Amino acid sequence: MPTITLTSHLSAQAGGGTFEVSGANVREALEALFAIKPALRSYLLDDHGALRHHVAAFVNGKVVRDKASLSDPVEPGGELFVLQALSGG
Amino acid sequence: MAEALLVSTRKGLFQLVRAAGAWSIERTSFLGQNVTLALADGRDDSLYAALNLGHFGVKLHRSADNGATWDERAVPVYPAGEEIRTGDGKPPSPASLKMLWALEAGPVSQPGRLWAGTLPGGLFSSDDAGQSWQLVRGLWDRAERANWFGGGYDTPGIHSICIDPRSPAIVRVAISTGGVWATFDGGATWEQTAHGMRAAYLPPELAHEPNSQDVHRMVQCPAAPDHFWAQHHNGVFRSTDAARSWQEVPNVTPSVFGFAVAVHPHDPHTTWFVPAVKDECRVPVGGRLVVARTCDGGETFHELTNGLPQETSYDLVYRHALDVDSSGERLAVGSTTGGLWISENGGESWDMAAARLPPIHAVRFA
Repeated sequence: MPTITLTSHLSAQAGGGTFEVSGANVREALEALFAIKPALRSYLLDDHGALRHHVAAFVNGKVVRDKASLSDPVEPGGELFVLQALSGG
Repeated sequence: MAEALLVSTRKGLFQLVRAAGAWSIERTSFLGQNVTLALADGRDDSLYAALNLGHFGVKLHRSADNGATWDERAVPVYPAGEEIRTGDGKPPSPASLKMLWALEAGPVSQPGRLWAGTLPGGLFSSDDAGQSWQLVRGLWDRAERANWFGGGYDTPGIHSICIDPRSPAIVRVAISTGGVWATFDGGATWEQTAHGMRAAYLPPELAHEPNSQDVHRMVQCPAAPDHFWAQHHNGVFRSTDAARSWQEVPNVTPSVFGFAVAVHPHDPHTTWFVPAVKDECRVPVGGRLVVARTCDGGETFHELTNGLPQETSYDLVYRHALDVDSSGERLAVGSTTGGLWISENGGESWDMAAARLPPIHAVRFA
């Protein structure tokens, strides 16, 4: 199963930093995360379902550039890393 | 010791002077306007002020009469067709000037030379005191730029420019987020030198990638120019080999997170930091404003608190809001809540300026 790792700010919101989820691409993996942590959805996705402008995701260390449809594949055992930029001071 | 201080704030530029043992505001310029940084150019005793007027753009002004009058200069312009490409998945966008984030004067041997670091990540130079600017193509055109990204802003930015006192052809810049880059030929070619830095906020396989390091501020010791210090998003790092390699300095108290660093001009082992709670919080640890000083190259740190608020203080100090003068004894700290403190003894004690200033972006002795 893919693993999702959240950076510290998001893990405080989620009540944990690492989650094993189902899914074959970024959107499916995130939907699996939202199924168990529904409050996270609005932190990661905007109102059009795209990854928020200041949220970045990496699959096995490679940045996710398709932030709208989130179609990048995630292998079983793959690692999805989600970080949030922290603006200003 | 420096007898004047430039304080750049959200609502103007304040010039403080020291007279009869006390600091006071001598002059206010650009009241109501967002002054992001200022520079005192000792080559011709001129002053520069960088403004960010939001809807009306970025501006640069120069004064030849110590701030009595100002004339507007040019600002760096990105050539048509240039794009901001970032390594955090944001779509490309046209490159345009967002902020002057670093401004340094060249040596006496290069009259009129200025270097400007900007958001969104371009380095520019001027040889006519800011009347015209040239994009430093050697850095901008590096393929690695596509993997830089914004730290606290939408785009990457150059906030630290260190001109080597041994040769003006040697310049090092630090980028949030893009590591440390060095040129040895005046800007024609560049190499990445953030080796040894570590970014815990990135996926583990990228944590040691030099090009992904979020340096918050980098300074070079003028008297020992092989010695550099960096306050990084992830902690403090130092280099003793001219910024070619970096070692983590884990002992900063009360925390390793912060934005600002200042190095003693004569002693590369003495530096000052202003620690804060890391990442998402960004306030002084325990509500106590502390300046952390090491005098032994980072082996040990002392918390300097005498005269600084020690309860319910939420003063955050930005990367350009800590400065030390050429004596190494006089320091200034300015905060996002408008607090300004000055020390005459290397930080052992601090006096709060008798002013309630707007949020402070930068302080600089003149």
